[in-house]
Amino acid sequence: MATKIKIFPWLLVTLVLVTWLSLGQGSVPVSVLTGLSDWFNSISSNEALIIGEIRLPRTLLALAVGAALGMSGAALQGLLRNPLAEPGLVGASQGAALGAATVFYFGIFAGAGTLAITIAGLLGAIVALLLMLSLSGTGRPSMVILAGLAISTIAGAALAVVLNFAPNPYAMQELVFWLLGSVSNRGLDSLIVLVPALLVGGTIIWTQRPLLAALSLGEQVATSMGMAVNRGSRLVVLGTAILVGASVSVAGNIGFVGLLVPHLLRPFTGYRPDQLLIPSALAGAILVCLADIFVRLLPFGQELKLGVLTSLLGAPLFIWLVIREAKKWP
Amino acid sequence: MALISTQSLTVDERVKGLSVELHRGEVLGLIGPNGAGKSTFLHALVGLEKYTGKIESDGIDLIGFSRTQRARLIGLQPQTVSSAWPISVADVVTLGRLPWGDEDGDAIDHAMKLADINDFSDRRVDHLSGGERARVWLARVLAGQPQVLLADEPVANLDIHFQLSVMDVLKNYAAQDHGVIVALHDLSLAARYCDKLCLLKDGECVAIGSPAEVLTESLLHSVYGVEVDIDLNRSPPVVLPK
Repeated sequence: MATKIKIFPWLLVTLVLVTWLSLGQGSVPVSVLTGLSDWFNSISSNEALIIGEIRLPRTLLALAVGAALGMSGAALQGLLRNPLAEPGLVGASQGAALGAATVFYFGIFAGAGTLAITIAGLLGAIVALLLMLSLSGTGRPSMVILAGLAISTIAGAALAVVLNFAPNPYAMQELVFWLLGSVSNRGLDSLIVLVPALLVGGTIIWTQRPLLAALSLGEQVATSMGMAVNRGSRLVVLGTAILVGASVSVAGNIGFVGLLVPHLLRPFTGYRPDQLLIPSALAGAILVCLADIFVRLLPFGQELKLGVLTSLLGAPLFIWLVIREAKKWP
Repeated sequence: MALISTQSLTVDERVKGLSVELHRGEVLGLIGPNGAGKSTFLHALVGLEKYTGKIESDGIDLIGFSRTQRARLIGLQPQTVSSAWPISVADVVTLGRLPWGDEDGDAIDHAMKLADINDFSDRRVDHLSGGERARVWLARVLAGQPQVLLADEPVANLDIHFQLSVMDVLKNYAAQDHGVIVALHDLSLAARYCDKLCLLKDGECVAIGSPAEVLTESLLHSVYGVEVDIDLNRSPPVVLPK
């Protein structure tokens, strides 16, 4: 019968281990248990401060951003029937960055604080994805990549304009650093935005599992099996945009996670796009959290940005993936 | 009452006022040149094309059917199917249960048995031969247990062994109180397996009836512009271009 997925418990165990590791990693050695219990019981100690105020938000943020990116990658790849689809490659990340940067820069809705930036990021991602879909016309891989490239380029150009007219060097530096992608110094406030976005976006995508499964055999077959292909596709795009928009607006661009995670997990989920969603979310969380631990271990004076690290590691893997795909589908 | 019937079914300029009836137990063959409207007609039945006219099942207009109801009633094997992912044969067949929202093991087993693909149910679809894959796609439709099975050129690109095995599966399925509509280019197979034939040209029905009524030299010449040799009394019957 249908393939049984066995990777789930392993991912959960790894997730817990990585979380623990992340809480324990920093410039000062601190007992994680003491810190956590002090923080929960509102005892003011150094441990509580370091764990509760610095490392816990950072860790949870890395997990949430990773989960959002992993799941959005799996959803996009399933929807577009294309293993190379990724929030960054289809223009969603750049759209989100442009939206968030514009609000950030012009200080629109400043009263709404982080929320305004997140909503702008979300809208940017939605607009970018809708433009990409209307430009590509179909889910055909080559068209999706081309249309995504076009949208990314336009969004990138517009972003350059925003940076160009930054009021002062510090504002520009702040924008650039944020765009490079990081989960440090964000505080628990960011989670107030990210966690609901993760839940809503994730649930929207989760409800479309039958569509993603049916689309394995193409739009004709999916429609003939009673799937509402157009409506469902729009919902998947909306869910993806919520996930990507929220994570980019909080943590900037963290590339390649959405591409690589679903790809690495696919063999363990019987290659089924519907079964790939949750494992990809878990593995995305693990990967981003691990990458963030690695960033903290590097001996440089200034911290290497998380997004820079994932791009440095992800790009060669992406090239390897392209070569492998080219061999597989002559 | 007809299991499925169309009245003046029209899709743009591609299908013009087609009225056909399919009863339980019957295999209806759609024949005609490329572009005659065979696929478009099948697509309209399953809801892939907008149409005017009427499609009824047991006298009830399909317009009132939900997507799911329609998918449970009519299953389509499109002309070309491919899987975006190298999923397993069993998983492909399980997809056929989507209209029902379950993973009914009996229905899936039965479909795999009918299509004779049990031996390689664990293999990945990208590791199969063309003939094996064609039967897997068919098993996917069979797993949905549709009352009406539509197959669009299911034997194209298959060797003669697999052509016969796929047509046997369709014939047997019809015999189990279902209906089958199959678009075919091979007129000998059409004569051998179909109870009724509908000869299409430019979206219009030129002739409809038993193979003996439709497969005549004059009709086929007028539609295909080719002289044909016809011997329907042979077993199996033969229809070949001269």
